[in-house]
Amino acid sequence: MAEAAANTPQLYAMGDRALVAEYGRALSVPINARVRAAAEHLLAHPLPGMTDVVPAFAALTVHFDPLLVAAHHRTADPVTAMRDALQHALAKAPDLPKRKARTVEIPVCYGGEYGEDLAVVAQRSGLSEEDVVQLHSGTEYYVYTLGFLPGFAYLGGLDRRLVTPRLESPRKRVPAGSVGIGGDQTGVYPFETPGGWNLIGRTPIVLFRFNEQAHAVIEPGDRVRFLAIGPRDFQALSNKR
Amino acid sequence: MGIQVEHPGLLSTVQDLGRTGLQHLGVPVNGAMDETSHRMANLLVGNAEDEATLEISLSGPRLHFQEDAVIAVCGANMAPMIDGEPLPMWRPVRVRAGVRLLFGRPQIGCRAYLAVAAGFDVPMVMGSRATAVRGAYGGFSGRALRKGDVLPLRSPEEAHTARWVGLLAHKQGRFAYPNWSVSRHKMPYRVVPQPLRILPGRHWQNFPVAMREQLVAAEYRVGNDSDRMGYRLSGPALDARRSHDVLSEGMVTGAVQVPPGGQPIILMADHQTTGGYPVIAVVIGVDLPVVAQLAPGDTLRFKLATQEESYAAAIAREQQLELVRQALAVRLR
Repeated sequence: MAEAAANTPQLYAMGDRALVAEYGRALSVPINARVRAAAEHLLAHPLPGMTDVVPAFAALTVHFDPLLVAAHHRTADPVTAMRDALQHALAKAPDLPKRKARTVEIPVCYGGEYGEDLAVVAQRSGLSEEDVVQLHSGTEYYVYTLGFLPGFAYLGGLDRRLVTPRLESPRKRVPAGSVGIGGDQTGVYPFETPGGWNLIGRTPIVLFRFNEQAHAVIEPGDRVRFLAIGPRDFQALSNKR
Repeated sequence: MGIQVEHPGLLSTVQDLGRTGLQHLGVPVNGAMDETSHRMANLLVGNAEDEATLEISLSGPRLHFQEDAVIAVCGANMAPMIDGEPLPMWRPVRVRAGVRLLFGRPQIGCRAYLAVAAGFDVPMVMGSRATAVRGAYGGFSGRALRKGDVLPLRSPEEAHTARWVGLLAHKQGRFAYPNWSVSRHKMPYRVVPQPLRILPGRHWQNFPVAMREQLVAAEYRVGNDSDRMGYRLSGPALDARRSHDVLSEGMVTGAVQVPPGGQPIILMADHQTTGGYPVIAVVIGVDLPVVAQLAPGDTLRFKLATQEESYAAAIAREQQLELVRQALAVRLR
């Protein structure tokens, strides 16, 4: 899974308000690093009319306001103007992100009322609940991208033995901080929301903070480790936040 | 003091032009579904166009004004009534403290927008007043209005109110309004439905020619499970088998996604920042308000457009809004 990124990305129009720069089509850390480096470059040097930059697994989506782009470039063809500007900017983007990736430890209280589906995951995998916890917390995960909810990290690296299909009908309410497994993915719900993943535990950590500013505890490129804690530590950490 | 909610309606949320610039953190844009009506309503009461309005969907609320206000209602005609009298839409209206504003069911369209001069006094969250129901932040307490809520208003400057009161010709009990309104053809939806204009999507080429032709030939029905996240359509299924191996990437409002079942979904204001279904087409920006005004059960068709047409339509909308702005300025002189 160490597929290399294309040297120059393929650019696609996504309608009249966005462009997609595709660096590859495989799930691969090197490709993702190129995407992150490009996004970092654009966020630091915003293009006129650009409204959002979304680095995903292997492609970068750049949103823009066509009227602002047209006004800036004095053109009636904002998509072409933006495509040219983006191509030019991406050619100058570094191959690797400047931001130093971190390893983030997320304490998780597994099982019981904190993770109602731990038994389901254990049963499907043929492992004991303890083994599931050990496998899940014994792995280092790579953060590909944020999406789904503010601060929700798409993690790569779930042990194949823990792959568990999503629930047949999603829960109406998944508590904030819930750690789940959905298919071959695992992650933490930063907010209370409906959700279809198997819940195996919960973290007392607040993953996304905002008031005027927004801050995600986990960012793309980071590594994540889950640290098994007991209910008492869960309470203590909850009280501290 | 503010507007007391005596009945909340089906889904009444505070919205503005959305929360941009944070999609890289997974923060969705949200904001008014029908941008044109939202902007028009703000314009008519002298607000900045990104000021928050109340978006009222499908079934209307009953609102009790605890203070005087200058308001405007644009968008779907939900038969708004003030103390039992019809409230004229698409123009500023001066209402006195104590009036009750009642919305019914939409006769045409799906969503009405209520703007109040100086705006609703709700806090900015991450640079926007838009409600994110999923995530429960922004707008009024991060949720749709409920019975008993009091939606606080900011106080307009007296000079502003005085200028607006100068516009009012008709007095009707405890409310007054001018004898003009924004003309009907500027409404963002059509009595005779015209096809939604689309541009080829990111995965257009991955779909066989027959499927692309089918998309523009077929009639689709808006499903009952359509909401602010997405409009689920039903019609002839689109076979996307060959294009299913796509990784999630950043999505745009108006993207026409094709999930494995083949029934397309149009992503709307509350859509997630990323998505993993192939995108066969994208509805042009100017036609998003048209989608927003479609209700479950309505039918729609797609028509392939060009980037040039899309840009010309965007310019035309700005010119319409500019005409209203200028006409208002002349009347306020």
